[in-house]
Amino acid sequence: MKPRHKRFVFIGLGLLALAVASMLILNAFQSNLVFFFTPTQVANGEVPKGRGFRIGGMVEDGSLKREGDGLTVHFVMTDMAKRVPVTFKGILPDLFKEGKGAVAQGQLGADGIFLASEVLAKHDENYMPPEAADALAKAKAAGAQTSSTLVVNPR
Amino acid sequence: MIPEIGHYALILALCVAVVQGTVPIYGAAVRNSALMSIAKPAARGQFLLVLLAFCCLGYAFAAKDFSVLYVAATSNSQLPLHYRIAAIWGAHEGSLLLWVFILTIWMVAVSFFSTHLPEAMRARILGVMGLVSMGFLLFMLTVSNPFERLIPAAFDGRDLNPLLQDPGMVIHPPMLYMGYVGFSVAFAFAIAALLGGNLDAAWARWSRPWTTVAWCFLTVGVAMGSGWAYYELGWGGWWFWDPVENASFMPWLAGTALIHSLAVTDKRGSFKAWSVLLAILAFSLSLLGTFLVRSGVLTSVHAFATDPKRGLFILVFLAVVIGGSLMLYAWRAPRVGLGGGFSIISREGMLLGNNVLLVAALGSVLLGTLYPLFLDALDLGKISVGPPYFDTVFVPLMTPAIFLMGIGPLAQWKQASLPELAMRLRWAFGVSVVTALVLPIVMGQWTPLISLGLLLAIWILTTIAVDLRERLALAGGGSFFGRLTAMPRAYWGMVLAHCGLALFIVGVTMVKGFEAEQDVRMNVGQTATLGGYTFRFDGTQPYKGPNYIAARATIHVSQDGREVTVMYPEKRRYTVQNQTMTEAAISPGFLRDLYVSLGEPLEDGAWSVRLYHKPFIDWIWGGCLVMATGGVLAISDRRYRLAWRRKEVEVPAGTQMARQIVS
Repeated sequence: MKPRHKRFVFIGLGLLALAVASMLILNAFQSNLVFFFTPTQVANGEVPKGRGFRIGGMVEDGSLKREGDGLTVHFVMTDMAKRVPVTFKGILPDLFKEGKGAVAQGQLGADGIFLASEVLAKHDENYMPPEAADALAKAKAAGAQTSSTLVVNPR
Repeated sequence: MIPEIGHYALILALCVAVVQGTVPIYGAAVRNSALMSIAKPAARGQFLLVLLAFCCLGYAFAAKDFSVLYVAATSNSQLPLHYRIAAIWGAHEGSLLLWVFILTIWMVAVSFFSTHLPEAMRARILGVMGLVSMGFLLFMLTVSNPFERLIPAAFDGRDLNPLLQDPGMVIHPPMLYMGYVGFSVAFAFAIAALLGGNLDAAWARWSRPWTTVAWCFLTVGVAMGSGWAYYELGWGGWWFWDPVENASFMPWLAGTALIHSLAVTDKRGSFKAWSVLLAILAFSLSLLGTFLVRSGVLTSVHAFATDPKRGLFILVFLAVVIGGSLMLYAWRAPRVGLGGGFSIISREGMLLGNNVLLVAALGSVLLGTLYPLFLDALDLGKISVGPPYFDTVFVPLMTPAIFLMGIGPLAQWKQASLPELAMRLRWAFGVSVVTALVLPIVMGQWTPLISLGLLLAIWILTTIAVDLRERLALAGGGSFFGRLTAMPRAYWGMVLAHCGLALFIVGVTMVKGFEAEQDVRMNVGQTATLGGYTFRFDGTQPYKGPNYIAARATIHVSQDGREVTVMYPEKRRYTVQNQTMTEAAISPGFLRDLYVSLGEPLEDGAWSVRLYHKPFIDWIWGGCLVMATGGVLAISDRRYRLAWRRKEVEVPAGTQMARQIVS
């Protein structure tokens, strides 16, 4: 092969590899993005059907109920405007508490109950997951303090 | 008084760094030997000053001086001494001090082990490192001063985050930073070469050991971080594709590519411009990692309260370093040249393929890590990119890379023959495929991914065996053992590092394929069975630690009626921050780990409990340690020691022959 041909082959192989890699990456990226929504957006039906997403906000005070098996829990996520009931089977993180921020990942069921596959809580007492904080701030900015079941300590 | 001395030492260090970063580089440009010779004493002086500052901060922590804001924020009078010392790097300000301290350690090392370098080269290298250090010192002194006073002094400190109160905290950050900052040496070598405009095989030979040392530290650092997350977070996971982990993994990928590309530059003179670019990339990613993790942009245990001034400084600093070096690269790289040509089917070709794949993997991690941040910054919505993305991307990218990794060492430089390679490797390939197909069935579960993982691991091992056998046959003369030891250590280093990767892959494959987990409610005396082991929960007792109270459970584990071990997982409450922590109990083993962590207390002394059976998980970290050991072995090779002596020493005939075989 002449050097010029060789260079063509190199460039061709390089481009091919690049194209395959980009395709793989973008494809995987497309199908594995997890979007984040606030309880208000969930209540307004802005969330995708049949696809997982994250929801963030405050765990409503007094909403945490545990079933007899000790593992299935029900609680309500709120952004002070709208409430979304959540069901989760498994062990909650150490820092999960009522009246504190949390983020849950999962799917919205047909009955309007959010089935969480994963629950994340904040890392220390003074820290709120930015997504949860954001949800609260957005709802507040919208002036939508209309829910009847408010937690009265938005820190 | 002591903190003020530390603060003052930092200011002096900044002054020294300014001199070190400008005068020697200027001196090298105008070929003034007197100006160039300032670099060495400046580097050593800077080291002493930063060491003084570091000791002052350490003293403030040891003496519980809560009039220092940083000490009050990250420690507490009840915190044991070793954690108070480790708390130096427990948050943003101190981590940066550690960073600069380690940078000056590398500088001193360069100043001692660079007698064989031309003076202009050394002056430029130390000058570039001085500039980096200047940026960090400036950052600390303007917006992130660890010596800031708190007036009036706090009565007691806010305590170190309980997650960080662990032996891992004492070793993991310094190890990781040794790796991050170690790439600054390779970076400085690259910039110095661009400035000087001469880049030859000698340049690659000088930078190789430095890069490998940094890579070893980084490998151990990342592995320790993963191991720490495994036992500390109580979720039994060892890698979460969390942005913070990615931040440390990206420099590792770049560093791995750099090591291999430098090998080609050293041996064959090719890949010159590419090596320089990788050196810049590795260090830029280290900087990005440091700042991403420590600036609070990312949300994790590593991130702390953020300050907009800091963010701005960081962005400007990153732009200057990365943008500046890339501009220099664009301007000077054409001069460096591309080096010798080679055919596609050759060892160079395979290494190039590996490099491209590693960089593609790096790009995919970078995309997954930064894209959510960009969207958020532009207020286009919040998304997260989870482990499934990385898993789907990584496997197809790494599979060909590992396949090439098996062939590469057997291929000839410059031009190899594909049919001949196929002949030499047919047994290795056959054995790998058959074992990979049969072994999972024997173990009772077959999935494509388990087979693929085993195939890759066995492929690495069998190709190494073929390579070793051929080299031994060629070496000729002497006893079997003599022929083994006649092989250069650099070669053994490579073999060991590649074996380490094989062990790592075995670990990952087995854990992913065969792990079992169970969340279960356990009453006192109740049993649960998992992976052939029976766990009996015998209730919890209160327990009191130095700065926490805990509920400690007793769990008896038995297999086939015989008791295997007793495990004591804990639920701790750290009193100062009133924070709850799960302390998992792990029974490690060569072939499996048993992992138990407590969930929440339920009525009548029952608890929700998380049980895991994790086959081969320790191989993951064991593999990483073997990789790092391989790196250490490689740098102990004769050729580097020879290069460090000014005069060329005559090489004994035996080694010379062995080396020819290697190259």
